[in-house]
Amino acid sequence: MSAPNQPIKIVDARGLLCPLPVIRTQERIKQLTPGTILKVLTTDPGSLEDIPAWCRVHGHTVLETSHEHHDIQLVIRVSRK
Amino acid sequence: MLAARVVQEQGIHVEGVNFFTGFCVEGHTHSIRDRKHEKPKRNNALWVAEQLGIKLHIIDISEDYKDVVLHPRHGYGQNLNPCLDCKIFMVGKTLELGLIDDLDFDFVLTGEVIGQRPKSQRRETMPIIAKESGANDRLLRPLCALNLPPTLPEREGWVNRDQLFGFHGRSRKPQMELAEKFGFSDYAQPAGGCCFLTDETYSNKLRDLWEARDSRDYQLDDIMLLKIGRHIRPRPHFKLIIGREEGENRFLAGYRNQFTHLVVTDYPGPLALIDGSPTTTDIELAARIVARYSQGRAADKLLVTVASATGLTRDIEVTPMAPNELEPSWHVGS
Repeated sequence: MSAPNQPIKIVDARGLLCPLPVIRTQERIKQLTPGTILKVLTTDPGSLEDIPAWCRVHGHTVLETSHEHHDIQLVIRVSRK
Repeated sequence: MLAARVVQEQGIHVEGVNFFTGFCVEGHTHSIRDRKHEKPKRNNALWVAEQLGIKLHIIDISEDYKDVVLHPRHGYGQNLNPCLDCKIFMVGKTLELGLIDDLDFDFVLTGEVIGQRPKSQRRETMPIIAKESGANDRLLRPLCALNLPPTLPEREGWVNRDQLFGFHGRSRKPQMELAEKFGFSDYAQPAGGCCFLTDETYSNKLRDLWEARDSRDYQLDDIMLLKIGRHIRPRPHFKLIIGREEGENRFLAGYRNQFTHLVVTDYPGPLALIDGSPTTTDIELAARIVARYSQGRAADKLLVTVASATGLTRDIEVTPMAPNELEPSWHVGS
């Protein structure tokens, strides 16, 4: 998914409610270069809808989503701004 | 949504801005409460952005917004809703985006309609919002522009005034007709219904918080907790926040290291936080109330675990409070 020498960046938005996980993701992505892989950790079930929707309108790609019990992970590839 | 589409129809690039104040109804209680069989509620702003095909910037203004709630220059609406100050603040914040986030835009547009809302959307308030926000004539209201003097984008020919509208009044019929023309079959919630400050019960809880602390102030956690659980204040110096179902209990559990908390040991029951400074006698009273909301409410005696914010725990044996002992006036917000 990411270049071998590029570590995956992480946003930990666990315990936050909508829209804060989206805001934290947005703020982090602003600091990242295109192609960076960002993993978002959240516990808000709304994030499964909201973060992909935010990525769609900004052109970023959601590579993976997983949901185990109350823990949610989304993996995003940052696009050109 | 309509205002943005009206301007988009003229070939103008539009981006959306949505603000998080902490008082947003948007999905919070829905996310917290344990509704296993329901899909999460959509975020309306994101949904609208997708329908319009525009970028959406979601901005956290919760800290700066305190001043709007605590000291509204134009006063409150029916409850603690400072709608006019809120609009002024949000338009001003949108202008700041151009400076802080380097978003290059020529003017700001809103979906306001003269006469739509009794407090903030009146003919007299429109120029106040434009002036006090600092937007002045760079603030365009495409849906009621024909009832207002031409703005800079209209005078400069960036926007064709002839293709704007002159809606007014409380009826949303013209908007619905326009929505139909644009092919929109679904709309976001009308303004006002998306803010807890317009809610009487919530506003009463916020007033209670200020009164109990003898201070008109709040932190983000305070206003989030006002959205959750039963709030019962049996004594002026403390209240209980009692989870009503598993999702709320789970959310409240995230605050265990900030509050003394109680849970019934022998029976299934809620998690409760104590906000305030209870005495030992108060803790027993609190435990009896929490027991009242557990499945052991009919028991003669049961054990309640009381844990401090630092993790020290002890069990106390109490008799669950009888329904007639729970004073109606203790229920905060009603």
